[in-house]
Amino acid sequence: MALFEVSHLSRSGMSDISFSLAASGLVCLSGPSGSGKTLLLRALADLDVSDGRVSLAGTERQQFTPVHWRQQVGFLPAESCWWAPLVGDHFPAGQQALFAELGFGEDVSAWHVERLSSGERQRLALARLLVNQPAVLLLDEPTANLDPVNSKKVEHIVLSYLHTRAAVCLWVTHDVQQMERIADRILVLDGKGLCETAA
Amino acid sequence: MSNTSGMIHLSAFDLSLAALLVVALALSSVRIYPGLARQLLIAALRTAIQLTLVGLVLKVLFANSDLLWVTLISLAMLFVAGREVMARQHRRFAGRWGYSIGVISMFVSSFAVTLFALLVVVGNEPWYQPQYAIPLLGMLLGNTMTSISLALDRLTQSAWEQRAVIEARLVLGHSAQEAISDIQRQVFRSGLIPIINAMAAAGIVSLPGMMTGQILAGAEPVEAVKYQILIMFLITGGAGFGTMAAVHLAVHRLFDERQRLRLDRLKR
Repeated sequence: MALFEVSHLSRSGMSDISFSLAASGLVCLSGPSGSGKTLLLRALADLDVSDGRVSLAGTERQQFTPVHWRQQVGFLPAESCWWAPLVGDHFPAGQQALFAELGFGEDVSAWHVERLSSGERQRLALARLLVNQPAVLLLDEPTANLDPVNSKKVEHIVLSYLHTRAAVCLWVTHDVQQMERIADRILVLDGKGLCETAA
Repeated sequence: MSNTSGMIHLSAFDLSLAALLVVALALSSVRIYPGLARQLLIAALRTAIQLTLVGLVLKVLFANSDLLWVTLISLAMLFVAGREVMARQHRRFAGRWGYSIGVISMFVSSFAVTLFALLVVVGNEPWYQPQYAIPLLGMLLGNTMTSISLALDRLTQSAWEQRAVIEARLVLGHSAQEAISDIQRQVFRSGLIPIINAMAAAGIVSLPGMMTGQILAGAEPVEAVKYQILIMFLITGGAGFGTMAAVHLAVHRLFDERQRLRLDRLKR
């Protein structure tokens, strides 16, 4: 059974879209700029008004509270935003194990956000999202501004998370080599709609 | 100028001497700030006409203490203040919300505080005596209007500019209230700053307008001070609760039932 199902989803700037994701799968989403990839992710995370049905493990979105839905369907925007000066202010207490897993020392909580490199920012933004242990990850070009080393670190974190949690991931990328490395399936969104190509 | 019963009466000539100051300012500013002179002169003209008219209305009203008339005038003041609140916002709410948030919050706070002052503190007979009711309500509405418009303008502007931060918190499973809490705190503070500053500086840096007016009109300074303190406290209560209500309503309107940030509800 599909873990995450989308049926006839539509919103302004995006045509009618249906697809489903099976557990532990990583699906890459590609398509030309302006085809509505970010709009699709925002609609799935319930950030924007949309029509159609979206369900998680057989339960429709409307049955979830908005807070619970967004904890379960975690959206990582292309640019991460931080609202407090220290890294630790953005995490619940006691996340040392998670930080260690992502290759950070114990003192990372006391780091200033403004001094983070783009690679560190992106890994920590991902860590912040994983704290909620979402069943679905919606990642909007998570490695677009990263060098190959940091890109592979992020790929590794996501793949091991999907494996251990039996979660699913929709990963927006334009990088063909990256798709070859990580994708179980590839979906392409263009002006006409969503279609699947061979991985 | 003529002096009768401790109060010096001003003639139209006296007022026109003062008006010369505004005209002089307008003329000097023409070169450096074109456009401002016109605004300044129109505002000065509005002050003269509006205050003269209100003086005439109050004269008639004071002569016949009628609850219906007091109510009608109070409502007219409220609706004009609501329009001012709306006009002072750069990105106001679209549709009837743009007007009603200000009107509802000012009605709840200013009217409640004025009623409290008239019934409990002043205790006049009849309680709605226009000589007390209208000036009190006017002072309260004026100050509440300033606080509410400052707060609403800052709230909608901050929500617009900090959309990414608010949504970054929403996608992490924060509630709408949590996601906007920092902005809400700053906004409430900015709404109350004028009145906090006015209270802190009263008597030391500045002599408040109403008290100065009473003293010029021949009142005992100590009595004028008592009225001023009363007014300051009433204004603080009115402006504070009004701002609180307006910010609460505006935050409610900024998010929908699925706790989505709805900037499309603001005018662009």
